[in-house]
Amino acid sequence: MPINLEIVSPEKLLLSRDVDMVVIPASEGDMGVLEGHSPTTVTLRGGIVSLYEGDRLLESLFVAGGFAEVTPDRCTVLAGEAMAVNELDRTEAEKRLRDAEEAHAQVDSDDLAEGELALERVHSARAMMEAIDGLLSGH
Amino acid sequence: MPSLKALRMRINSVKSTQKITSAMKMVAASKLRRAQQQAEAARPYAIRMGRMLNALAASVADSPSAPALLAGTGKDQVHLLIVVTADRGLAGAFNSSIGRAARTRARALEAAGKTVKILAVGRKGRDYLRRELGSRIVGDISYAGKRRIDYGDADALAKQVTAMLFAGKFDVATLIYNRFQSVIAQIVTEQQLIPAPPVKDEAGNSETAAMPEFEPDEETILNRLLPQALAVQLYTALLESSAGEHGARMTAMDNATRNAGDMIKRLTLNYNRARQANITRELIEIISGAEAL
Repeated sequence: MPINLEIVSPEKLLLSRDVDMVVIPASEGDMGVLEGHSPTTVTLRGGIVSLYEGDRLLESLFVAGGFAEVTPDRCTVLAGEAMAVNELDRTEAEKRLRDAEEAHAQVDSDDLAEGELALERVHSARAMMEAIDGLLSGH
Repeated sequence: MPSLKALRMRINSVKSTQKITSAMKMVAASKLRRAQQQAEAARPYAIRMGRMLNALAASVADSPSAPALLAGTGKDQVHLLIVVTADRGLAGAFNSSIGRAARTRARALEAAGKTVKILAVGRKGRDYLRRELGSRIVGDISYAGKRRIDYGDADALAKQVTAMLFAGKFDVATLIYNRFQSVIAQIVTEQQLIPAPPVKDEAGNSETAAMPEFEPDEETILNRLLPQALAVQLYTALLESSAGEHGARMTAMDNATRNAGDMIKRLTLNYNRARQANITRELIEIISGAEAL
């Protein structure tokens, strides 16, 4: 039985389709969502959303953090940003990682919330790099 | 009666004005379409964000440790007005109606003994308010020269507002902007952002009844969701205002083009009358001259 998956960015609705299973990168570990999942709201880290039909991988998208709302028949991903994995650009990812690391190094050590945010951005950029590397090695 | 030459010059000048206004109308119409599409595209995110926020807010409503973005600072002394206007004029009453609303609001708050601070978004609003309320303006932002407003702009604005809240610079934030209703109607809207107004319970909405699980806990999610929700609200308002601006300009320029057309008609009539009168006078002069011989 399919569930309806929606991926939305602040600027537009990116994707809306029925899938059998979707794996989302929740901040406390990847989460597979099938039909009938108990209603849950989670935060996302930077990572890959994978769409499955049966046990066939349909599509993978990289999201740079955000939120997801799961109900028994629906999964809504509110992404800050989302891109198809094969459209990711390595130089862009490297630049992002550098920027994020710099920003993280400059954050006041007393400002915990800001530090956490910066760290999250570093992780998100790293996840983006990993996604590209995984693609290159034929993963 | 002005001379023929003067009339001719006036007709020409009104004609070139008409060309400009009708070109501006076309430009506004195409920009309006784009702005509307952008606003349309942004709606799904805003709706889903609102739904998620409602569920969360309901579950922490009574908790004393509710984040400041949701519950405010607990005081009601310093009011921040975020006034959204356009960067350009020639859009009818678009900018001045916002300016008027902001001024009325500021006066009312001050009469009640509150402190008012103004964050002016858009050059026109800043110029309008500077005359009377200059000392209350704490910042201004302009998107002049940008082809379109993107989410990053709204996000930056939200960060600025959040930073001001955490620095204790204000207690209540209200957004004043033009909501786009139709090409001829923009509605001046005042919307309280911080503290977030009480959750409206939509009748017949069974989804909120089932309490979802949260992972990590509600508070962590809220702390991340709230700044985002603020940015989304600002983004929606900026887009509405931009669509409203182009709509207002389109109407204003349509009127101006029509008025110029009327004026050309009237001037041409006068011109032709004056020309006829001249010819008749000359004829009379010639005929009476011939008769006198």
